Amino acid sequence: MRLRSYSFVCGLLCASLALALRAQNQHESVYAELGKAPAKYQQMQNPLASDPDAPVAGGILFEEHCEGCHGKEAAGGKKAPTLRALEVRSAPPGAIFWILSNGVVRKKMPVWSKLPEPERWQLVSYIQALNGETKASDSGKK
Amino acid sequence: MFSQKFGVLRFLSRLFFVLVFGLLAGCFVPALEAQENPYIVAYDHNLEEPGSLEVEYFSTFGTQRGGPDFHGFWSEFEYGATAWWTTEFYLDAQSTFGESTIFTGFRWENRFRPLKTEHFVNPVLYVEFENVNEADKILKEVEGHDVESDYVVPNSIARKEKDREMEFKLILSRNYKGWNFTENTLAVKNLSNKPWEFGYALGASRPLTLKGAAHRCNFCLQHFIAGVEMYGGLGDRYSFGLHNTSHYVAPGLAWNLPSGWTFRIEPTFGLNDQSHQFLLRWGASYEFSGFGETVQNLFKGHRP
Repeated sequence: MRLRSYSFVCGLLCASLALALRAQNQHESVYAELGKAPAKYQQMQNPLASDPDAPVAGGILFEEHCEGCHGKEAAGGKKAPTLRALEVRSAPPGAIFWILSNGVVRKKMPVWSKLPEPERWQLVSYIQALNGETKASDSGKK
Repeated sequence: MFSQKFGVLRFLSRLFFVLVFGLLAGCFVPALEAQENPYIVAYDHNLEEPGSLEVEYFSTFGTQRGGPDFHGFWSEFEYGATAWWTTEFYLDAQSTFGESTIFTGFRWENRFRPLKTEHFVNPVLYVEFENVNEADKILKEVEGHDVESDYVVPNSIARKEKDREMEFKLILSRNYKGWNFTENTLAVKNLSNKPWEFGYALGASRPLTLKGAAHRCNFCLQHFIAGVEMYGGLGDRYSFGLHNTSHYVAPGLAWNLPSGWTFRIEPTFGLNDQSHQFLLRWGASYEFSGFGETVQNLFKGHRP
C-alpha cells in the first residue's frame, strides 16, 4: 500500500516535470503582443520621461530582473528575444509598460506587476534609452 | 532510540545531498533578484519566473503552554514550470526541546494562474498533496480546529499518526500602487475518512520605497518589503465557524538582495486562547535563474 502510494506520487512528479520541460520548449515571438496593448496604454506617456536618473535606475533593475532571459543590455538570450528590435523601438512607452505589467504568460514572459509602477516606468525608460542608442548608431552607420 | 537517531541522520544526509546539489547547480546557473513579499503563510498571485528555481529554508520557533517549546523547519524547492504554473516540493522536520528531532514528511504543491493578464483581482488556483505525520509543527497553514494543545503530544506518539491530505486554495490577490493585497481561502480534505476543514489567510505588503535607486546598493529601501498577514482556522464541514479555532497576526519584513538572496523575518502573535502565544518565523531563500534550461542542457550533453 505504502509502496503503491509512493510510486503514484513519483509518477505524478515525473509527469509534471515532463510537462514543465515540454512547456519550456515552446518558442514564439512576443513582439506581436505590443500591438495588443489597449488604447489607453498605447496613448500613455512615461511619467518619468524627464527624469535623468530613470534610465540608469532602469538599467540596474533590468540587470536584476530581466537580463537572465533577455540577455546583456537586452541584446537577446536563449529564452527571450532582443528588446533592441524595430518592433520595440517603434512601440509607444505605454505598450511596453503594459507588457511588463501583464506579461505574456502563455509565451513564458512573466507578469512584473510585483514591481511597483515607478520601477516599471524606469525599466521602460531604460529600454527606450537603449533603443535611442541603437537608432543613433544606425543613423551613424548610414 | 537507535531508530530515532538513524532517522535524524538519514534526514540530515538527505538535506546535505539536496544542499550540495543546489550549490553545485548554483555554480552553473546565474542568480536573479527575487521580489518576494514577506508572507510566510499567505500566497499572492506572483508566480515563480519560468525556468527559475528558488531554494528556500524556513524556520518556526514556537512557545507552547503545557508542553516544551519547538522548532519547526522546512525546505522548499519552488520551480517556475511556465509563467502560469509554479510547482513546489517541501521537506518538513521539527525539533521539540527535550524530546527529539524528526523528519515529519513532504508536500507537493502546484499553483496555476488561469487568467492571461492582470485584472482588478487576480485568482490563482492552488493544489497540494501532503504526506506528513501528526508531529509536523511547521504551521505552514492553520486549518479547521487546529489549536495549540494539538502540538503538545510527544513526538514519539504523534509521529505514528499519518496525515495524507489534499489541500485546495483560492488565492485572490492584487498589486495596486506598490501595495499587494491578498486573500486565501483554504479547504483541506484528509484522504482518510475525516471531514473537509477550512481556513483563511489575509496579507498586505509594500516596498519601503517605490522607485529604484540610480546606484547599486544592498541596503536601499527598494529592497525591503514590509507587510502583515493574518491567518486562522474556520472549523470543518460539521462545525464551520470560529469556535475552537486559532488565529494569528504576523507583521513581517523581507529583504530582497540583488545577489538573488531573500531574507524574511516574521514575529507572530496568537489572537485567542487556542493559539500559540508567540511564534518567531524566519527564512532564507536563493533564486537560480535559468535552472530548467541548465538541467535540460546537462541531459542533452550541451555545455551550460
